[in-house]
Amino acid sequence: MGEQLLQLLFSGLTLGGIYSVIALVLVITYKITGILNLALGEFLVLGALLTVTFKTMGMPLIAASLLAMLAVALIAGALERLTVNKVRGASGLTMLIITIGIAIALRGLALLIWGTDTYSLPAFTSSKSIIAGGAALNPQSIWVLLLAGITLIGVNLFFGRTYWGKAVTASVLSPTGARLQGINLSTISLAAFIFSGALATAAGICIGPVTMITYDMGFMLGVKGFIAATIGGLGSVSGAVIGGLILGLLEAYSSGLISSGLNDAISIIILLAVLMIRPEGILGAIRTRRV
Amino acid sequence: MGKLNFKYSGAFMMLALLIIPLLLNSNYIFGTMIVIGLYTIIVQGLGILMGYAGQVSFGHAAFFGLGAYTAAILTTRFHWPSLAALIVAIVLPGIVAAIIGRQTLKLRELYLALATLGFGIFIHIVFTEGGEITGGPSGISGIPHLGIGRFVLSGDREFYILVWLILVLVLIGIRNLVRSRSGRALCAIRESEYAAENAGIDCVHLKWQAFIFSALLAGLAGGLYAFYVTFISPSPFTFHASVQFVLMAVIGGLGTFWGPLLGAAVVVALSEILKELVPLIIPGAGGEYQIIIYGIILVTLMIYRPQGLSSIGQILRKLSATAVKHH
Repeated sequence: MGEQLLQLLFSGLTLGGIYSVIALVLVITYKITGILNLALGEFLVLGALLTVTFKTMGMPLIAASLLAMLAVALIAGALERLTVNKVRGASGLTMLIITIGIAIALRGLALLIWGTDTYSLPAFTSSKSIIAGGAALNPQSIWVLLLAGITLIGVNLFFGRTYWGKAVTASVLSPTGARLQGINLSTISLAAFIFSGALATAAGICIGPVTMITYDMGFMLGVKGFIAATIGGLGSVSGAVIGGLILGLLEAYSSGLISSGLNDAISIIILLAVLMIRPEGILGAIRTRRV
Repeated sequence: MGKLNFKYSGAFMMLALLIIPLLLNSNYIFGTMIVIGLYTIIVQGLGILMGYAGQVSFGHAAFFGLGAYTAAILTTRFHWPSLAALIVAIVLPGIVAAIIGRQTLKLRELYLALATLGFGIFIHIVFTEGGEITGGPSGISGIPHLGIGRFVLSGDREFYILVWLILVLVLIGIRNLVRSRSGRALCAIRESEYAAENAGIDCVHLKWQAFIFSALLAGLAGGLYAFYVTFISPSPFTFHASVQFVLMAVIGGLGTFWGPLLGAAVVVALSEILKELVPLIIPGAGGEYQIIIYGIILVTLMIYRPQGLSSIGQILRKLSATAVKHH
């Protein structure tokens, strides 16, 4: 029983790491642009599938990964210029529907190019599991958690320490004031999308070896990122990571101990419960009190 | 005078829409018109919620599905008469909407979108994982046709007439609702929630009522759908279908009377045309091209015409007004 619980802890942390990264990207884009990007899961799938293709062309994994990150970053940037940038200042609903439209089109594109097959990516390091306390830990899980950790630290350093990070924070607090200081909001929004494309691809490459990749998995991953971000409070960067880990652990334990068919249902129940009881998220209330 | 003309021209258009398919007498036309009619009923409710109360729901396919499954389960598993099952199919989604809307409607619009999105996915999982009660992924077959006693509506033609008669009743009801005290209060909320609140309107309560009302209409459409197709599975009730309903409401033009009918007709016609046209232009093309084009159209519309096609309605209005004048 103890071993099973430990095993579920490992798989929960892996899942949680994935959700954390998606939630992080989501929150950052939301903080900077005010847009909840529902196409984020599709960026992830596109990046992972491109890596698979580059790899089968004979590239080493690291080169294929970097090229895919660059490609999706460019696609995300182009999409921002073609869509979001054209309707700056439109309502949140309009923006949400636009990102849904982008997600639908990208999913169709992925289906067209890669079909309904499942693909897999090789593990970064040895695929042999580490046995700890009687439970097996996939080394790839460590990579997933590492990505979440590095992203969190990097984002915090960026916002807290760099000129550009402070510029972005300023523009979020007061768009007009930032514009008066010569900060270009349009450029910041473009940068946010480019960054989200690259980071979503990195997340896709990290989880590729853990779960298989199919053209249609992006939507549910995006929704899980949403739920994680909502648990943490939509505007909180650290909250996104905590929310992701909580969601991953709850999912792993509920599907391991109750029923695996209800995996997605349980995360949705958590979402509805959070929205009804504490819509500002776990960290949201603490944050507002401090201010 | 112009307004009067429009009133008649709208009714005239409606009458023409009702009669032309009857003259053509083809089951394909009847089927398409039934689908447009059912979608219009859903989108009318969604239009009240989005266009007047200013709230969006990404879970209306779930209310549609709840109506359909309620009708199917009550008639096939419990052998209820179809009319009684239809009434429960309308009421139950309303009760569910009342429960989930109570808390979430106090939140900002984005949170209701999130909550309804989650709710829609949850209900779809319930349909798929529901075991013997919902028939799992293969669904429920052998649903009887709608009828009272020995009088049964089994033909497409008869069902088409019924659906469009109900649609006319819904349209009249909505016209009265929008003009009523509550309707004017809803309009006030759309213009400015703060001002409406200051004028003594209980915004949250009114939004809640609009949400329940829209769920009742979706349930009505769902119940009718189950009795029309006599077989249901989880697949028509996905998140994608919810998005499609929002799309219909937006394309038609929010806060307009004929918008939902226009939106439903355009989207249904568009998917039918894409199905025929895309393989002609790109030989050997499968459904993936349709998905891509559908997504692109959605984005393009939101960028260049977020107010929907209601301006086309205005053009039609002007045209019909001048036509009436010349007679």
